[in-house]
Amino acid sequence: MGYTFAEKILKKYGKRKEVEPGEIVTVRPDHLLTHDNTAAIIQKIETELKKYGIVDKNLSVIVLDHVVPAASEKTATNHQKIRNFVKKHDIKNFYDVGYGICHQIVVEKGHAKPGKIILGSDSHTCSYGAVGAFSTGIDRTEAASIMLTGETWLKVPKTIKMILSNKLRKGVSAKDVVLHIIGDISASGANYCSTEYYGNLSQFSIDDRFTISNMGVEMGAKNSVFFVDDVTKKYLASIGVKKDFYNSVYSDEDANFNKKYEYDLSDIVPVVACPHSVDNVKPVDELKDIDIQQCLIGTCTNGRFSDLKIAAEILKNKKVHKNVRLLVLPASKTIFEKALSEGIINTLTKSGAIILPTGCGPCLGAHQGCLAPNERCLSTANRNFKGRMGCKSAEIYLASPETVAISAINGKISDPREVL
Amino acid sequence: MKVWKYDQDNINTDMLFPGKYTYSCSTPEEIKPHLLEDLDPNFSENVEKGDVIFAGKNFGCGSSREQPVVGLRYVGIKAVVAKSYARIFYRAAINQGLILIECPDALSSYKEGDKVEINLEKGELKIGDNIFLFPKLPKKILEIREAGGLLNYTRNKLKENEQ
Repeated sequence: MGYTFAEKILKKYGKRKEVEPGEIVTVRPDHLLTHDNTAAIIQKIETELKKYGIVDKNLSVIVLDHVVPAASEKTATNHQKIRNFVKKHDIKNFYDVGYGICHQIVVEKGHAKPGKIILGSDSHTCSYGAVGAFSTGIDRTEAASIMLTGETWLKVPKTIKMILSNKLRKGVSAKDVVLHIIGDISASGANYCSTEYYGNLSQFSIDDRFTISNMGVEMGAKNSVFFVDDVTKKYLASIGVKKDFYNSVYSDEDANFNKKYEYDLSDIVPVVACPHSVDNVKPVDELKDIDIQQCLIGTCTNGRFSDLKIAAEILKNKKVHKNVRLLVLPASKTIFEKALSEGIINTLTKSGAIILPTGCGPCLGAHQGCLAPNERCLSTANRNFKGRMGCKSAEIYLASPETVAISAINGKISDPREVL
Repeated sequence: MKVWKYDQDNINTDMLFPGKYTYSCSTPEEIKPHLLEDLDPNFSENVEKGDVIFAGKNFGCGSSREQPVVGLRYVGIKAVVAKSYARIFYRAAINQGLILIECPDALSSYKEGDKVEINLEKGELKIGDNIFLFPKLPKKILEIREAGGLLNYTRNKLKENEQ
């Protein structure tokens, strides 16, 4: 019997001759991601840090992104504590306010490589499956422990095979694919499992794969992987990650899969996840008369260059509806600069969009676009939980950048196929 | 002992502790007033040590924030009994020493006024006259819980390595 992707990696890192699902292995991850929560993490281990120091100055990747620029004295002080910590312990991979959203930075700066293990104190750490890495979220306390020891335990997960066949139709995107899957298998459909994507994948760019892997946790998955192919190799080469520095891991053909789901991509239509659960997914044409007051294009799910580009194509020479605030949140400074040099930012602002500084922005309701009671927001983010954007009587709908852009023009939820 | 029964699936981390407080509240004292704020506004004022929470599938889904776990431990929740849990929440509970019991039939079995007894040694949950069995945790995980949570476990390990 062969091994799955997750089994192979955990066997290697756990230094086992063989492994099976359910087994606990001790691993030393290649990187540990923390963000603004680094302040709370180091506070837990002040005494130990003084006595033992950190285990490895190359292990941590720290990105300030969640409340940036600081929204209050308290968040500013947290950022200051983190900068002091980085300096004191000579942490090599630190990205201060303004670089971008942590998950985008981990991939863009080449910290996530195929075959590596990356753990992070953020649930969307599963995003790096997009480039063939094993990555998953942990809590703050565990991040504190790993800073001191460099190791933790992981349970070998069962694996689900997702087969995506045929070709997407015009106006339908990777976001629609992942929302469709979550709607089908539910918000707990892949709980504790590793998910692997197969099928006609050459049509999905790294940006598309990032969107799908990012939302793995919304179906409960531990990690969400696309195997290395020409698309991955080309992307990695473009950011300066050479082949000699990574190890592409593929599942064996005779590996044991717990479940298999098959989707015909030509059957998938633009969809929207309705309040207050990510698996409450409906086709966009069933929701056409719902009016909206805020739109958000961006976040770690859909704030990449191709997302901004398609939104600009739809918004070109059009105006955002007078009742709508359209917020645009690029996932990194690099993406922002590229969008700026190609005229995309200009097109968006001309249409009436408000460009926010790169970071997590209003996605978690801390600042920069919180909602008022009974307002509705159509967003490209990954969560529509009650209260998520700062107000528990507001509603959040999730969709693709295409759907959000056309809806921003019309002031109500609309079908992007009408213009694409 | 009071039972807080929430007959719904996917009770997420925003309902247990709203994201808007994530970067302004991190100590147990700061967390407590906002615990379960968007799920049950009566909870934080009335919860008492030894109380139990009953819930549906995928409890704790969503963010990796550990404030819900830290808060539930601080107010003295004896155990959460749910049909299933999201994995980061499950890990966080182990790391903080909060007891989670996975029992698919407990929620429908519980009726108001039923006495609830938990025996961790035997892996046994008693609701009224009904007895449910739940699996014991692997050795490595029990070691973390027995040390009083992950940080204590890590501290012990660092001390051992020193000697």
